[in-house]
Amino acid sequence: MAELLLDVRNLKAHFATEDGIVKAVDGVSFQLERGKVLGIVGESGSGKSVTAMTVMGLTRDINSRFDGEVLYKGKDLLKVSDAEMQQYRGAEIGMIFQDPMTSLNPVYRIGEQIAEAIRTHEKVDKRVAKNRAVELLRQVGIPNPESRVDDFPHQFSGGMRQRAMIAMALSCNPAVLIADEPTTALDVTIQAQIIELIDRLKDDFNSAVILITHDLGVVADIADEIIVMYAGNVVERAEKRDLFYDPLMPYTWGLLGSIPRLDRPRPDRLHSIKGAPPSLITLPQGCAFRPRCPHAFDRCMEQPPLENHVDPPTHLDRCWLDVEYKRAHRGDTISGRTEAA
Amino acid sequence: MSEVSQNGGPLVEVREVKKYFPIRKGLMQREVARVHAVDGVSFAVQEGETLGLVGESGCGKSTLGRTIVRLYEPTSGQIIFQGQAIEGHGARQLRPLRREMQMVFQDPYASLNPRKRVGSIIGDPLKIHNLGNAKERKARVEELLETVGLSPEHFNRYPHEFSGGQRQRIGIARALALRPKLIVADEPVSALDVSIQSQMLNLLEDLQTEFRLTYIFIAHDLGVVRHVSDRIAVMYLGKIVEMSPAEELYVRPIMPYTEALLSAVPVPDPDLAAKRERIVLEGDVPSPINPPRGCRFHPRCRYATQVCSEVEPPLVEYGSGHLAACHHPLNVDAALASAVEGSATGS
Repeated sequence: MAELLLDVRNLKAHFATEDGIVKAVDGVSFQLERGKVLGIVGESGSGKSVTAMTVMGLTRDINSRFDGEVLYKGKDLLKVSDAEMQQYRGAEIGMIFQDPMTSLNPVYRIGEQIAEAIRTHEKVDKRVAKNRAVELLRQVGIPNPESRVDDFPHQFSGGMRQRAMIAMALSCNPAVLIADEPTTALDVTIQAQIIELIDRLKDDFNSAVILITHDLGVVADIADEIIVMYAGNVVERAEKRDLFYDPLMPYTWGLLGSIPRLDRPRPDRLHSIKGAPPSLITLPQGCAFRPRCPHAFDRCMEQPPLENHVDPPTHLDRCWLDVEYKRAHRGDTISGRTEAA
Repeated sequence: MSEVSQNGGPLVEVREVKKYFPIRKGLMQREVARVHAVDGVSFAVQEGETLGLVGESGCGKSTLGRTIVRLYEPTSGQIIFQGQAIEGHGARQLRPLRREMQMVFQDPYASLNPRKRVGSIIGDPLKIHNLGNAKERKARVEELLETVGLSPEHFNRYPHEFSGGQRQRIGIARALALRPKLIVADEPVSALDVSIQSQMLNLLEDLQTEFRLTYIFIAHDLGVVRHVSDRIAVMYLGKIVEMSPAEELYVRPIMPYTEALLSAVPVPDPDLAAKRERIVLEGDVPSPINPPRGCRFHPRCRYATQVCSEVEPPLVEYGSGHLAACHHPLNVDAALASAVEGSATGS
């Protein structure tokens, strides 16, 4: 077994707002080993980004309450001081954000921003840091890095900015790289380049990756394990093949069925999950997906646990329905030939 | 004039439309260069049809959509709507046409006035065109709200009280208010979550059947475009490089750019994703200020030869309404390729 880098246990992140307590993350657990890619899939408001930001210590605030553990190499990051967290952030765990335009500072040169990240964590002089920046830009595939290192962000295209972000995230050789929707703002052709890059760099730098996305197609490519989140909870967690070929949670079926897929014949109608995700302040009683689930029954008024019901013990789901019933009924939803009532 | 289109002509036709934006510099605001956003595009859309326009950002698909509904004035070329040339129309002449063609925008947060109530957002087009009195207009707005799956009680609410998906429904209701024939939808679902996106696509489909709408559907997502379109046009740097009936494009892409675009779409099936050959295009789309000579795609094309950098390939037909502009067409047998080439050089 590879080295266990990150062990998140029953993580909760609640935020006090004027309207009430937002339970953005409400009991999330996962493990991440060196060399692996964990995909976190969910819609907006499912808590996938807050989970990642909490791991990075970026949600610390007077109004936030955390519970559970975020063990990085055995050390609980929820308990370390802000100053100590700085040592981990960037150096041990790097992060790439969705929008490469707003996450780069427009008034500093690309090279200066990467060099600053290096000099924050390592005692090296400016020239060494800049040479490292050039080398990093070369590794992420920026043509002509010796001259581009002095460019400003606006001189880079969207795809190049995301490459520069990746270079910055990798500048201190972190063991864990968190990529939060790294390709959502990019065109498909550029998305393919970036995903391939992340996959290659993971091997080059011998690190582990958490890839957060709403696109099941992206994780089908490079993830090893996938967790599906809904309303702050993990609703299904499985090895990649198990999740795609034996999905057990009706929400996962809905996600699979909602995508207009190029690899299947065109359905007359797409499946659509009725309604909208619930408010995180007043969650529905029981299973959070119950109001939108066409298969809900009495027992769903009680919150189901995240448990293993099928053969590979790594496959967990949060649903009361009988496995055989689910296997018999999911086909219509996934292939998108019927409408939810 | 509308008789022409009822006689079976296309609802809207564009002929060699170009739209350039000047880049000005200096004290005198001298024009120093031009962005060739749309650079000679021709096609026709029949009534009741959905034409999908796909391409990467910067390919000119949105500019083309906006030029067709005359939010922009074309630099040259013709736009013929219901048999009537409208490219030179001024604001006053365009006003009656605005009832016939409407637009749905991408960003449901930016395209609704935050200080207006839903009732006036949807009802103002009726007011501008003097349709009905206040009471009739209110009834019409309530009817529209129901049509798009909202509730009539939402009449007095403000946009911020709605989620992204609901806002997009308001945008659609506004576009429908004047009972248009043509709707240009510019990335109407790309800002939405997948589960909401499929609701919206189904809604657009229902509305098309109910009101006999014609759509020009602009999107970058090839899955979405395939689902809604009858025909698809692929754009690259201001030009249409391939146009074909929807299914045909996915089964038999002729232009290498289309092939690369299709192969880059992630497939939610791990085994298939591992098996599939993925053509990763190098680099970015070149600048539309100075598009490459010859075939505009040649610097990124893996089949490119000498001729591609010198001669611009014309858009020619390969049978059954499938057009492509390429010197090295894929999925075409040699006999057809040479026949097509012969007719292209002959013309």
